[in-house]
Amino acid sequence: MKAFRMLGRSIRDAVKSVIRNFSLSLASISCITITLIIVAVAIIASLNVQNFTKEIERDMTIVVFLDNDVTEEEIKEIETKIKRIENVEHYTFYSKTDVKKQMQQESEVFKTVLENWEDSESPLKDTFQVKVKEIEIISKTAKTIEKIDKVSVVRYGEGMVDKMVKAFSAVEKITYGVVAALILVTVFLIVNTIKLTISARRKEIEIMRLVGASNITIKMPFIIEGMILGLFGSIVPIIMVIYGYFAFYRNFDGYLYSRLIQLIQPEPFVYQTSLMVIAIGIVVGMIGSASAVRRYLKV
Amino acid sequence: MDLIRLKNVEKKYKNGVTAIYDLSLAIEKGAFVFVIGGSGSGKSTLIKMLYREEKPTKGQVIVGGLDVAKLKNKKVYKLRRKLGIVFQDYRLLPKMTVYENVAFALECIGEKKDAIRTKVLKALEDVGLKNKVHEYPDNLSGGEQQRVAIARAIVNDPKLLLCDEPTGNLDPEKSMEIMKVLEDINKLRGTTIIMATHDKEIVNKMKKQVITLKDGHLVKYKQKGTYVE
Repeated sequence: MKAFRMLGRSIRDAVKSVIRNFSLSLASISCITITLIIVAVAIIASLNVQNFTKEIERDMTIVVFLDNDVTEEEIKEIETKIKRIENVEHYTFYSKTDVKKQMQQESEVFKTVLENWEDSESPLKDTFQVKVKEIEIISKTAKTIEKIDKVSVVRYGEGMVDKMVKAFSAVEKITYGVVAALILVTVFLIVNTIKLTISARRKEIEIMRLVGASNITIKMPFIIEGMILGLFGSIVPIIMVIYGYFAFYRNFDGYLYSRLIQLIQPEPFVYQTSLMVIAIGIVVGMIGSASAVRRYLKV
Repeated sequence: MDLIRLKNVEKKYKNGVTAIYDLSLAIEKGAFVFVIGGSGSGKSTLIKMLYREEKPTKGQVIVGGLDVAKLKNKKVYKLRRKLGIVFQDYRLLPKMTVYENVAFALECIGEKKDAIRTKVLKALEDVGLKNKVHEYPDNLSGGEQQRVAIARAIVNDPKLLLCDEPTGNLDPEKSMEIMKVLEDINKLRGTTIIMATHDKEIVNKMKKQVITLKDGHLVKYKQKGTYVE
């Protein structure tokens, strides 16, 4: 009950002080707003990158083509060898006939062309499709499989996917750097805002100390003020996240450039992101005011 | 029972000045004590050590069972809630009314609203300002402002009231009014009062205990004392 009463007082004082130092408060709020917009974009981008990296990884398969003259026994032998490779999660064998059936299902043209081929003269090859545990060493695994006897060609989605993932992670890192710098500037601005409030209330604080207010009672209004600044600062970014991402998603029909790059469904993703943005805003505000209180309030 | 006990207390400021040398004394509950001495005698330092604005460099200061020297910064409020302090310059908040100024002391320590109302009105009655509750400090005379400050100091019903030159800014007539208020508080509430002053006339008229300091040394501690140079 008592704590509740004190909290109410602190909030009242904090709101008063935000209004009293309106111009500086506004500066802090705008700074938080800009920071949070960029933070939000970074969060959305990086979560999307993570999402489709995972998608792509799930799709990555090594296709192992066997020589034409391979015998049943040799196939068994190759199978055990593939089984023994550590990075292999699971594999499936497709015989020439299986491959033929698959291709026939895929298009009418293939269907008619392939119908006339006897198994013996088929240009198709027996194949293994191998999924790996760790995508990072997929090329190593591919090379190991290639060395097995009677294996003619090994294919996996090398090149394009690799480069794309690398580019995205570079962009991600740069964004994190920018965000860190912006947060620093914001904290600095909040420190100054709170410092001004503290000096405006110097006399009051002195009397509070004399009449026996505990340190937390004295500090609380300033910390709450910082949190309020953070909260106000996150309003515009949240609106932008919610409306912006929905519009973005609709505009691109849920994927970027190719079906490979799927975007995250907007719901409930935007709400989770908004919560994150609010939390970051409040925490940044709190850190700023807490450090101001520590520096300028010798209690 | 002694409310305050000092044992071999020394206070040396960071700039090398020693304000108090080897001071030992005890003040009992309910006493009214003047601390006198010229400027630089150490009387302000003594008062400041009692509410832990300053820490003694040596020795022990015990106020109401709390060892002041050992009190951590975070715990100072525990001491401050046991005592009231009145200064020469009143230290009222100009944007608050008389009532709000006194109530502020209770709000800060989380008192309930109706309890605040009762206690504030009682304190203001005790200092004779019940009719000026809604005035702002700037509209009051010096003596009245000081009485508001006294009301604020006693509103939480402390065991100890420290006064650092409370009549320093007032003319003799107003000063005597303040002394009358303090004497009543001492008698009616049983509050121990320690008052630093250099006002000869007041000390001689009141006939209370007197601690005389000179250059940081205790010269005399007399019951019913008078002002001695």
